[in-house]
Amino acid sequence: MTNSIKELENARLLFVIGSNTTEAHPVISYFMKRATRKGAKMIVNDPRRIDLCRWADRHVRIKPGTDVAYLNGLMREIIAIGGQDQEYIANHTEGFEELRKSVDGYTLERTSEITGVPVETIREVARTLSEIKPASVVYTLGITEHICGVDNVRSLANLQMLLGNVGVYAGGVNPLRGQNNVQGACDMGALPNVYSGYQRVNDLAIKDKFEKAWKVGLSDKIGLTIPQMFNGIKDHSVKAFYIMGENVVMTEPNAGHTKKCLEECEFLVVSDIFYNETVSYAHVVFPDLCWAEEDGTFTNTERRVQRVRPALKGAGESKSNWWVLNELGKRIGYDMGFTSSRVTYEEMRSLTPSYGGITWERIADVGLQWPCPTTDHPGTEFLHVGGKFTRGKGLFAAIEYRPPAELPDAEYPLLLTTGRRLWHYHSGTQTHNSEGMDNLFGEELMEISPADAQRLGVKTGDWVRAKSRRGEIVLRAWVTDRSPEGVCWTSFHFAKACGNELTIDAFDPISQTAEYKVCAIRIEKSADGEPLGSTRVPVRQARP
Amino acid sequence: MKLTMDGRQVSFNEGQTLLDVATANGIYIPTLCWHPRTGPASRCRVCVVEVEGMRGLQTSCSVAARAGMVVRTDTADVKSARRMTVQNILFSGHHNCIACEATGRCELQDVAYRLGIREYPTIDEPKEPMDTSSDLIVMNPNKCIVCGRCVAACNDVVVNQVLTFAHRGYKTKVVCDTAVPMAESTCVQCGECVQLCPTAAITERKSMGMGREWELQKVNTTCPYCGVGCQMTLYVDKAKNRIARVKGREGIAPNEGSLCVKGRFAYDFPSSDKRLTKPLIKKNGEHVEVSWDEALDYTAGRLRGIKDKHGPDAYVAIACARSTNENAYAMQKFARAVIGTNSIDHCART
Repeated sequence: MTNSIKELENARLLFVIGSNTTEAHPVISYFMKRATRKGAKMIVNDPRRIDLCRWADRHVRIKPGTDVAYLNGLMREIIAIGGQDQEYIANHTEGFEELRKSVDGYTLERTSEITGVPVETIREVARTLSEIKPASVVYTLGITEHICGVDNVRSLANLQMLLGNVGVYAGGVNPLRGQNNVQGACDMGALPNVYSGYQRVNDLAIKDKFEKAWKVGLSDKIGLTIPQMFNGIKDHSVKAFYIMGENVVMTEPNAGHTKKCLEECEFLVVSDIFYNETVSYAHVVFPDLCWAEEDGTFTNTERRVQRVRPALKGAGESKSNWWVLNELGKRIGYDMGFTSSRVTYEEMRSLTPSYGGITWERIADVGLQWPCPTTDHPGTEFLHVGGKFTRGKGLFAAIEYRPPAELPDAEYPLLLTTGRRLWHYHSGTQTHNSEGMDNLFGEELMEISPADAQRLGVKTGDWVRAKSRRGEIVLRAWVTDRSPEGVCWTSFHFAKACGNELTIDAFDPISQTAEYKVCAIRIEKSADGEPLGSTRVPVRQARP
Repeated sequence: MKLTMDGRQVSFNEGQTLLDVATANGIYIPTLCWHPRTGPASRCRVCVVEVEGMRGLQTSCSVAARAGMVVRTDTADVKSARRMTVQNILFSGHHNCIACEATGRCELQDVAYRLGIREYPTIDEPKEPMDTSSDLIVMNPNKCIVCGRCVAACNDVVVNQVLTFAHRGYKTKVVCDTAVPMAESTCVQCGECVQLCPTAAITERKSMGMGREWELQKVNTTCPYCGVGCQMTLYVDKAKNRIARVKGREGIAPNEGSLCVKGRFAYDFPSSDKRLTKPLIKKNGEHVEVSWDEALDYTAGRLRGIKDKHGPDAYVAIACARSTNENAYAMQKFARAVIGTNSIDHCART
């Protein structure tokens, strides 16, 4: 997030796009809902009638995967009515002319045709954005999990720079990061192109710095991303695969492909806390300490570094990953010198400017937000203060709409989009093993719109078979107007009916993020399992 | 600005209530319905004080401090009014402290103790049935003091808008939606009401019998679920090596005390008997438990062999966005410094 969570409560306008906040980030949704009670306007842009719509002034039901067209159309209209912040554009940005030209083709009519949003709605949203400033843009994976994920994010940055909303309190471009430490894992350099703190591996001065610190020669060749790793196994260039705590069988798109790759892998090491679907493929399995047993830090979505403390003794002989890796290093011939979590953190801190001032003493009670370069620095609540960007001026990008990789056709007539539910987390290794959670939501459902359900002759509780070009699952239907006509939705929390058996392994060319949010499926009524014979939703829901 | 409280000149800022002023100056005023996050409600009337020139006793949580006020918090009238109020509360409910989950953390119990209430009449049997429809939260109307904190928490703090008051006067009761059982209501089980309830009218079901407040060790940590990074306190039974309950940390960023259903209730997976407890090696297609030394020697040997034969880029690794920064850092250093490749990634991408 460019800004902080607490600022959302004081926002004047919340522009939420591709974020099912009440289910995926419930506590942040409290701040947003309170903002609306204090008079903030909220526009929810989402194909689904998500729970958050109850508190929204407007729900804009865009077709999945058409965000770029929608945002370009909004920007064209904003410029047409003179709603842009001309002074901000002149002082803090570059490339406005190129942007103006690039959005020019997105007339109200064309935008409406691509996105399914009525012309009048586009006009009104553009007017609201022009009138109420600052607006805070909030997005989640509904923006990034597309083959045009990077384009979507850059379009949102365009919009916010156009309106002068970057670098101001309660404004900004705010991705709500999914997992507890996805921000931290990125910050730590668990990425193929950067060391910790986003220091580039192919920058020779940086390479030199790490070589000196680690006293070892390092590679300046950018490494493989996850999809490239799986392809590497396929073409036999990758022989050894070490997976730490990730249940890839359930979380990667096109599970059939993932399983085949894991079967073919010459040497697979998995460390995890439960014997999950991925563990079963491993040649070696290391038992991990889990969250309540670990000593260390997580970094949250607003860049706040916070302590994690060992409350429990580890299960059986389970160990921290840093210890395992250090032991392996010694046996291979390089001692990484990790003797505790703290020592590991201190080494990272000494090599990572943005974390330089964040010591464990300072975050003993309350976390600090990076960048925090020195031990007397108070941390940074929001980035780009006063419209000052990392590169100097903010650069507008000219972006064209590209349709999703796979759209419905005669054979697979429905569009499937996927996500998370309130009651479970990802592959469910934690929530399925916590008492009571499966009683709240014990089996996966396929959400189907009333119109499609009628055509298919399906009622809530009926068993259906969902097929894509890659796989199929059998699960029960939930007929609900949360889904618009032509769009189905499911999650990937249950091994018995995992949405990723269906999803497509098509990726954004830059971020290599998969298009989990759009693929084509077919739904048939299935005799498998017992029909409920009832119109009642078989499980409780947030707000049916 | 200054006012007089219990004969002392004390200074205060614009916007403070008499309760704020007393708290800032170390003067104890009991409260039950007031909470920092739900504000004054003026319902319980145990925070009453005398203010010169104002008729009757005043609820200090809702009276704004004004310059020159003369306030007394400890007169006989004040004390007797507070005692009578608390005795009435005790009498009208079923407050059996010995059997109560909240003993040791019950605000009603604390207030009664500090007011010197040593004996009180109480009804023998609970009058109303409990709502045990939910697996995670129990509602016991017999312990409800109708302070309204849960209703305020549900409607104004987390804005889930489920809890509300039903009936009137003596019969006033907190209900879900249109007085349906909790499990059939629109409640999303965030448990904010549990955290703000001053008694045991709304409690965690899984924590029942898992340990008293003073027996459990408190450990501050960060929630393991989404990227919000809520700050929480784990109440830990060290002897049994398990978490008994979870509470959001009040007044601390980023969550200011709030949690969601997963953070508050999905905490017992560490103690699951399905955890992996020993290293495994696949031998003849079966996973076999082995010692750490065997697992480490075998793995190091295979990795070194692959590196020597195929070069460092034949190794790839995925770190974990659920694990700590320290483990993610170790994972990337291992790939880069030990093996010699930058092929390290994690699920931020997918």
